Amino acid sequence: MIVVVAEHAGGKLRKSTLELVTVARRLASGLKSEITGLVMGSDVSPVADELARFVPKVVVAQDPELAEMRAEPLTTVITGLCKQVEARAVLVAASRSGLSYSPRVALRLDAPLLEDVTSVEVEGDQLVATRFSYLSRVTETVRALTWPVVMSVKPNLFPVAQAGTPGLAEQMRPSWGESDLRVQVGEKQTGQGGRVALEEADVVVAGGRGLGSAEGFAALVEPLADQLSAGVASTRAVVDAGWRTYAEQVGQTGKTVAPKLYLALGVSGAVQHLSGMNRSTIVAAINKDADAPIFKVADYGIVGDVHAVVPALRAALKELE
Amino acid sequence: MKIITIIKQVPDAEARLHPAEEGIDLDGVTFVIDGMDEYGVEEALRLREQGFDAEIIAVALGPQRYEEAIRTALALGADRAIHIETDTVLDPITQAKVLSNLVSEEEAELVFVGGKQADWDSAALGPALAEALGWPHSDWTTKLDIGAGTLTVTHDTDEGQEDLSLPLPAVITTQQGLNEPRYPTLPNIMKAKRKELKKLPLDQWGGVQAKTAVVGEAIQVRERLNRVIEGDPVEAARELVRLLREEAKVL
Repeated sequence: MIVVVAEHAGGKLRKSTLELVTVARRLASGLKSEITGLVMGSDVSPVADELARFVPKVVVAQDPELAEMRAEPLTTVITGLCKQVEARAVLVAASRSGLSYSPRVALRLDAPLLEDVTSVEVEGDQLVATRFSYLSRVTETVRALTWPVVMSVKPNLFPVAQAGTPGLAEQMRPSWGESDLRVQVGEKQTGQGGRVALEEADVVVAGGRGLGSAEGFAALVEPLADQLSAGVASTRAVVDAGWRTYAEQVGQTGKTVAPKLYLALGVSGAVQHLSGMNRSTIVAAINKDADAPIFKVADYGIVGDVHAVVPALRAALKELE
Repeated sequence: MKIITIIKQVPDAEARLHPAEEGIDLDGVTFVIDGMDEYGVEEALRLREQGFDAEIIAVALGPQRYEEAIRTALALGADRAIHIETDTVLDPITQAKVLSNLVSEEEAELVFVGGKQADWDSAALGPALAEALGWPHSDWTTKLDIGAGTLTVTHDTDEGQEDLSLPLPAVITTQQGLNEPRYPTLPNIMKAKRKELKKLPLDQWGGVQAKTAVVGEAIQVRERLNRVIEGDPVEAARELVRLLREEAKVL
């Protein structure tokens, strides 16, 4: 069995889950396995119904203790199901939360972990995956040496699955061990507002120190991002200066994105930042410093003042509408 | 209380990596203590400076060259160090199992692990180590307060940030923003040379079997067009939109 662990937000499946379904379908024939989807949460019937349009079987673990993303109870549910269905592979999205519980799942199942994979294949009787290393400068090929295999899949790289034959959903009742519920979740702050999630965005507009101030960032980056239905990203310098929140930071210590278009405004292009975006399909940069390293990784560059070019860009985009 | 900070030694972020016949060539590359691990050392030092009674132990699992990074941790203020020295490359899950033996043996109650390793781009060691120990963990931690048997932390999530409280013992993985690490002073670098650095073999707690094997490494840099668009802002912006739409087809 291949287990696909669903991610959801606001009562809907995340795009990353449908990418996992694509990976699972590709592996299913090589592993001669069926696919089971797993949905966990406190009120997730609509999400389970949605997932059942894509996979033949959905297991729903519904429990008030699963309302929050906590690694230990999630690990207990996932490993419980994996043992029950004798899973060969467990697929998890390599989001912050997925990266938090997948190592625990691997350890508890005594399984290899293929982390943040960008491609995966069945080779002989083993799974072989590629992933990025050395601040995304190297692609490494990793072989899982035993079964089952736990795998976190990098978001935004695989196509979204199309609906298949409708499947069935069944309930599973989690039972908690003493240690499962010891972490308490307190207050939350969420960034990004109503914008598209950064890792899922097809277009990302990023702002750097060249925008001059928090106000400059808000005035130039945000409206352009809204016009392009894009996610907003920041450099570390901007976050350190307190202009923006960590949730938007792209780079070594922030998020890794690979959108179709990465539009960098006033971003100099430090190596740590590049590691978070250098796999984007197309990079365009606007910066007044012609020697800025960002131009080395850019497909298109405009050497100029963002305060002049961005409004002109918005006007040019408007002409298209 | 004993605090363990896990140390890795990684290529400097600015280092140029070269392809080798097999994998990549790390000869001539400058190695440094992983920046994410420095946050852990710094946080342990700050807890002690706040009056918290703690012995700080730097622990590393890796080849002989790691010694330099371990000495940096000692120069920053760690009291002693343990180096499980091996040339065997082990995946984070297997490393976690090995390190959990050491943490248990030392009876440490708090372990800091770098949030994301700058060589393997991996965030797995911290959560896996917590699981091997049967402890809770907080990853991508940006703020930490210690109370009686409890940690209160703020950490990064997919949506933003959230507060957690977790009982000790616990594993904390670091994130930028947790603190601003200090630089080692010359007297402290000298002092670090006399601090205890214990070496242990990889099989100290029995045989070790890796779960995954790296079978290939390739430097892949996407070819970029590097086209500079000339003209005044209005012309350049129009041309950029045209190129993104007609040539790159991303709009």
